[in-house]
Amino acid sequence: MLNELTATPLFGIGLTLVVYVVAQKIYIRFRSLFLNPVAVTILMIIVLLLLLEIPYGSYRKGGDMILFLLGPSVVALALPLYRKRSEINRNRWPILAGVFCGAAGSIASACGIAWVLGASREVVWSISPKSVTTPIAIGLSEQVGGVVELTAAIVVVTGCLGAICGPEFCRKIGLRSETAIGLAVGTAAHGIGTARMLEVSRLGGAVAGLAIGLNGLMTAFLLPLLFLIFG
Amino acid sequence: MTNLLKGFAILLLLQFVGETIVRGADLTMPGNVVGMVLLLLLLLKGIIPIEAVEEAADLLLSHLALFFVPAGVGVMVYFDLIADQWLPISVATVLSSFVVMAVTGWVTQKMEQGEATDAE
Repeated sequence: MLNELTATPLFGIGLTLVVYVVAQKIYIRFRSLFLNPVAVTILMIIVLLLLLEIPYGSYRKGGDMILFLLGPSVVALALPLYRKRSEINRNRWPILAGVFCGAAGSIASACGIAWVLGASREVVWSISPKSVTTPIAIGLSEQVGGVVELTAAIVVVTGCLGAICGPEFCRKIGLRSETAIGLAVGTAAHGIGTARMLEVSRLGGAVAGLAIGLNGLMTAFLLPLLFLIFG
Repeated sequence: MTNLLKGFAILLLLQFVGETIVRGADLTMPGNVVGMVLLLLLLLKGIIPIEAVEEAADLLLSHLALFFVPAGVGVMVYFDLIADQWLPISVATVLSSFVVMAVTGWVTQKMEQGEATDAE
């Protein structure tokens, strides 16, 4: 009976929402950055599924419906951009240059480090689009011969990492401008980083949302080029 | 309430148009990013007033992080592959994330300061 019940969308949606609410309560109670609600929710659901021996395929029936909302949410990112249009327009060249260097630096450092440490070719290509938002990263990984699911996993981990310590790291290395911090977190940690930036600062959140699209565009241009040379 | 539903309808419609453009022109971009660009243009041109979408958009954006949870849970299927090459995967992921933040942030801030002094 448990199998039948867990194989309905109700299970995946219900479990995700309940665990997310609990994770938010934990975050508010302890205020520790390491208790980032998304990271905690993901971990708790994985542990629960493993303990109860519920296959990932059952969870996915509901999970896919939640994932569906990511689509209109990305469209909605036009709003913070529109609200901050004059600040962004004034800083368009620093923004374009920053994201371009970040996109190139991401591919170079991710592939370089993985290759030096002896990762297989397949894994190196899987890591290459790691700072790009999930839907773009998956398409690119496929194009250059990576393992799509591994890419999706690395992208989410990267996002959580940026959300957990991005704004603090940026201040530690001497970044003061809200635009620079928002752009750095959005370029490195896409949507999950942007979600955190939206909590921290309005301008920072808007710029982070812009960085998702710009980094996606630039990586989609750079990575296939690199693949032609090294692939 | 009506505005909330109207907003959702507009967001989904633009995502759909975005997907159509991507398929038609064979782009590597996902349709939702094209949809974002379209919505921004329509707002800037004043064709869609911000009041029509803001209720739905703000609701979605305030829970943006939640929508990534299912993709993250998918990691559990690839534990074996990750365990096999955990060192390069984890070091590259972590180090590279900090490299990207430092490079992007520094370049942007330096250029902003440069432009600010030019303007003075």
